[in-house]
Amino acid sequence: MGLMSVFAWIGDVFRFGMKSLWRAPRRPFELAEISRQIYEVGFRSAPLIAAAGFAVGAVMSMHTRASLERFGATSLIPMGLGIAMIKETGPLVTALLVSGRVGAGIGAELGAMRVTEQIDALESLAVDSFKHLVVTRVVACMAALPILTMLMDFTGIIGGFVAESVISGMSFDLYFDSALSAIDFDDYIPATVKTILFGFIIATISSYLGYFTKNGTAGVGQASTRSVVFSSLIIILTNVIVVKAIFFFMPGAAQ
Amino acid sequence: MSAEPAIRFEHVSKAFGETKVLDDVSFEVARGEAFCILGRSGAGKSVTLRHMIGLVPPDSGRVFVQGENVGELNSDGLTRVRKQVGFLFQYSALFDSITVGENVAFPLRRHTRMTEKEIDAKVDDLLTQVGLVEHRQKMPSEVSGGMRKRVGLARALALNPGILLVDEPSSGLDPVTSVEIDDLLLDLKRRYGTTIVVVTHNIPSARRIGDTLAFLHEGRILDRGTPRDLANSKEELVQRFLTVEGGT
Repeated sequence: MGLMSVFAWIGDVFRFGMKSLWRAPRRPFELAEISRQIYEVGFRSAPLIAAAGFAVGAVMSMHTRASLERFGATSLIPMGLGIAMIKETGPLVTALLVSGRVGAGIGAELGAMRVTEQIDALESLAVDSFKHLVVTRVVACMAALPILTMLMDFTGIIGGFVAESVISGMSFDLYFDSALSAIDFDDYIPATVKTILFGFIIATISSYLGYFTKNGTAGVGQASTRSVVFSSLIIILTNVIVVKAIFFFMPGAAQ
Repeated sequence: MSAEPAIRFEHVSKAFGETKVLDDVSFEVARGEAFCILGRSGAGKSVTLRHMIGLVPPDSGRVFVQGENVGELNSDGLTRVRKQVGFLFQYSALFDSITVGENVAFPLRRHTRMTEKEIDAKVDDLLTQVGLVEHRQKMPSEVSGGMRKRVGLARALALNPGILLVDEPSSGLDPVTSVEIDDLLLDLKRRYGTTIVVVTHNIPSARRIGDTLAFLHEGRILDRGTPRDLANSKEELVQRFLTVEGGT
């Protein structure tokens, strides 16, 4: 019974997400609301992503130095950092941070709208609440995640450079040449494109939990918390499958 | 008089899980009539109202609004019906992230081709009707419960609906504000011939507004008629309700 209801829940969420993709290219397009959501999800997350990227890059650089110094291989620090940041750290950390900031927000906002009858009010005003609230958020998250990931990659490498230049005085040109030397499109494209899927996961799960909130204020809190927990967990698990699939279909990315 | 009533329920039943909320309910609301549905909490009043705009589908039976079977409409049809019906929610259900004025402008922006200037003038007009034009720039959280209700009324009226559904107009309001809301509803009916369906357990309010009162109990209509008819009802429960609520 317990396991069956878990599968039933996953099936419901999946259908909910697929319905949003199906409805996205259909009228009304809700462009104004999509733009507003992209601003909320993307632009307003940018400072967090940039700051986190910078810090993660700097810390990774310091750790890498400590390890590579033993082998006299400190010249590989930028390359190692570039690969780690672009292939995995950037996409995953961005998705987890967005699931915390945006997932909680969507869960709480839609949850509060449900319990205060604002979703019913939308329907009563002849507005398709699913399209207006859910589809717009799913599209916005899918659009924003790759851009935020690029920002995280970039600020991560900058953070690494700052940490490295303080210690070794390495020049900006040399650092960037080295950091990007081992990266080609097989590394960059799939790692960045997979964050579209992460955006879909975050928006779908948190919208589902918010949209079907019950039990008043307590339900809103629960929707918000669960949005973060479930979307983070599903992202981490999905990432394993996606990376395996990328290696299978694009062997170049595994090298 | 038009033959087709504004609203018609035909043998409507609805259950949530094990709980039967409506049990073979049939009634009609004539065009231009003010129809009040009375009953105790949990009697199925709000669910009845929600059936009228397809927020809740019936398990069996049919609901007609302006001659259209709401249960059989596709989303375009439902949108068409909902544009003709205004809904005032029990707790107003204003969009809390936008101002009072934006709330009223919302349906106009969505469903009309009016220019910003025309929308501006219409919002002013609607807010003037409910006496709140000076609060236009405030957020819903900055105005009182009674004011929110009036904003909700202005929003529900934005598209000039032929039918207005009102869920508990006096809940959470003091008696004076409650009478003010009743007067606004009566004024609408007189001036525009709007059909009004009110769900309430406030007997004095129902008497003031209603041409017809229907008493709903455990999912069934126990009795219905003019306020005078209902005062002489043979149903003991109706009599008790009217007395306890201080209506007689």
